[in-house]
Amino acid sequence: MRQAYQILPVYTGDVSGVCSALFELGGMVVIHDPSGCNSTYNTHDETRWYDQDSLIYISGLTDVDAMLGDDERLVGDVVEAVRQTSPRFVVLVSSPIPYQVGCDFAGIARLVEEHTGTPVRYLATNGMHDYVRGTGIAFEALAGLVADAAAKADAATAAPGGRPRRGRAVNVLGMTPLDFAGGNAPASVAAFLEAHGFERLSCWAMGSPYEEVMRSGEAALDLVVSATGMRAARVLHERLGIPYVVGMPTQGFSDALAQAMEATLEDGACRDARQDARRAAIMRRADGGEPDADVAFVGEPVQMGSLAAALAGAGARARVVSLLEDTSKLMDPALGDAAVRGEEEASSALAKADVVVGDPFLSSLPGLGGKPLVRMPHLALSGRQWLLEALDPMQVNIVELVGRARAAQAAELAN
Amino acid sequence: MLERVGAHAGGREDTIAPEPFALARDAAFPRPVANVLEFNAPVHENWNIVHTGMLVPEAHQIYVCSDNCLRGVVLTAAEMGASGRFSGVTIEEHDLLEDNLESVTIEGVSDVIERLPARPPAVMVFLVCLHHFVGTDVDYVYHELERRFPDVFFMRCWMDPIMQKTGITPEQRERKAMLDPIQPLPEDGRLVSVVSDDLRLPDDSDIARLVSEAGFGLRQVQDCATYDDYLGLGASTLFLTRSYFADWGLRKAAARLGRRALYLPPSLSFEGIDAGLARLAEALGVPAPSTREAREEASSELDALAQELEGVPVAIDYLAANHPLELARTLIEHGIDVRRVYMDAVSAEERDALGWLRAHAPELELWSTIHPKLRQLPRDAGDGWLAVGPKAAWFLGTSHFVNVIETDGAWGYSALVRIARLMREAWAAEKDARALVPRKGLGMPCVCQLPR
Repeated sequence: MRQAYQILPVYTGDVSGVCSALFELGGMVVIHDPSGCNSTYNTHDETRWYDQDSLIYISGLTDVDAMLGDDERLVGDVVEAVRQTSPRFVVLVSSPIPYQVGCDFAGIARLVEEHTGTPVRYLATNGMHDYVRGTGIAFEALAGLVADAAAKADAATAAPGGRPRRGRAVNVLGMTPLDFAGGNAPASVAAFLEAHGFERLSCWAMGSPYEEVMRSGEAALDLVVSATGMRAARVLHERLGIPYVVGMPTQGFSDALAQAMEATLEDGACRDARQDARRAAIMRRADGGEPDADVAFVGEPVQMGSLAAALAGAGARARVVSLLEDTSKLMDPALGDAAVRGEEEASSALAKADVVVGDPFLSSLPGLGGKPLVRMPHLALSGRQWLLEALDPMQVNIVELVGRARAAQAAELAN
Repeated sequence: MLERVGAHAGGREDTIAPEPFALARDAAFPRPVANVLEFNAPVHENWNIVHTGMLVPEAHQIYVCSDNCLRGVVLTAAEMGASGRFSGVTIEEHDLLEDNLESVTIEGVSDVIERLPARPPAVMVFLVCLHHFVGTDVDYVYHELERRFPDVFFMRCWMDPIMQKTGITPEQRERKAMLDPIQPLPEDGRLVSVVSDDLRLPDDSDIARLVSEAGFGLRQVQDCATYDDYLGLGASTLFLTRSYFADWGLRKAAARLGRRALYLPPSLSFEGIDAGLARLAEALGVPAPSTREAREEASSELDALAQELEGVPVAIDYLAANHPLELARTLIEHGIDVRRVYMDAVSAEERDALGWLRAHAPELELWSTIHPKLRQLPRDAGDGWLAVGPKAAWFLGTSHFVNVIETDGAWGYSALVRIARLMREAWAAEKDARALVPRKGLGMPCVCQLPR
């Protein structure tokens, strides 16, 4: 049964995804939930909780409140908490029971906003989806605010598009510890941009204060480094005309990514640089024989696709397997990619691989069958289990890691 | 009914208490500080229902819930290296439309059991808040599971935190369910069992000594290596627990088994300890023991500690001691400068202690651990403080702290002596709170990698 999990844990949920996206932006997130969501989030999904303050709370929903539809307590508690802690904005998110009883979050948001004067938004989670959905809709809402602010700027200058634009300014979209827990990913992506003559305008949302994020409308380009940034990228493209490029600057792929960004600056067209690079590698290979190995990259598809692009350039058949929701558009079956659901499908998708790259939990899937696993712990899957082994994917030499894994397996077989 | 004392009580009205603490003289019962939006500190050493359930040897746990709810428990099991005894079934939106969650529950649990490498003798199935709210036919679910798997005992557990504040809690239900497989065996009139407690009772505890002196054997759930060992507890003539959460289920189990049950509250006052020992002696059919020597030893330890800690402010949290107010009272009575207690609710068992503190330590601060403002307040009181408990350590920012939960399993005067010694050690040597307090389930194995 697809919904039964015996080997893998589930990915971080949508509620935690919202919290992670907004953690550094000075707002308040209120999870309408009896208990547990906050503890799960700050224990397993959030590496910043111990040292860095962020106003993330649960409402402490009770059975009586839920059954009687008593929203007054929630409204009163949020209003008072806003008065005491002065957040920049408030976001309400839902857990399964408020979703099931049809809680009127839009009305609650309006009431709290009226009472406090602080902007309040409801983001439609229900605890039944993964973090790509939750983080994605949080960034999407931010993008809406950025677009609104830009529209105001346009009106002020009395000319659409009149707001200031910076010629090589880039917003990095989709960066949270859920996908970037190892090393110093914000610094890595900033270094990549600087090395290629781009200006890092904002990073959604690690290391960028709210004010910086709200200036994102001035960017010439968005760089989408994980699936969680896709919704925001589309909003900024549709409403502000900012084109986006999908890809993360991995070793062996970063030059191709930079070239794609240059091309997009030139022609304004959105690009998926990782898939383009992989397709180009296949075309080159068509002239040079069969790939020497089938390597499956399992995890968040932009990150894994960017690693696959680096490896594909080195002559391997590199494909991406994703168990995450809302990622099918980032997958290309023609490249061997597979969007799967549940551990049985995941196991089947790995059956033909020679090498697997991904979280250590995958090692127990029957489909692996003793194949070499290049361990890349993923906070959104394994939480703190291998946290200290988490790598900055932009600092990884994937060709070397895969080569080492294959050599180790060959040596084992020889013995 | 709420009792409000004093003009500045933080009991719930229509607004959030402006401060996250109340002075003892003003403290309302049962909540000194109103319960509103809740903050969660990064201190997780307490046990949750996963840890407790692992005490049943060879049992497999299956949670039927949404992704977000499943994640916390599945990783609890992983972090203690027990993933092999844990599975989950996710509930999705379409399941809410198909029926009342019976199908996904039955088929999901069945699929997990079929795929397990070996058939477990017992399965703990945890249903959740949603099952209540859609009106799942729970009896039908279990009848069908029992029909499909007649060789498995199904323990009917709940992870329904929505009932946490107004009904029987998930912890209480779980502890009852854990006793359900135990059937009456031929009674061993000299066997006492300690069940449903998280931590093992030390062999030198007041309870263990009295049981032994009365000529009884003592068996503890933590000593059961196999499921058959666990079922062997059915031979006991008397069942003991120190857990408030176990009392409800244990009384039901004892009635079912036709045996006696005794709940000994984890008291940390001399009077409470004496009362508990007297009740135990009565249950064992022996005279109440003299506690003069134990009292003197505890007093002597505490007096010596007070001298060592002269001028050192002390804070206690509810993780370190299930009766933190009684501990505060006992320490204060012996001259130790207890300034703060971190707790969110006062149990009925500690109402007298609260009354004593109101009268004798009116300036004692009773701090919430979940008040919204706690997220922003400085946590830099520093190493001048001694904390008894990991949460107090985090809030104060001190590296001098006693890192235990539930008095480290100890009970009675021996618990007081143990805490006093641990306080002395904690004052003498620093600990790295960041490396210790975020771990889950102190006392269980920990195979995860905590941030440094």
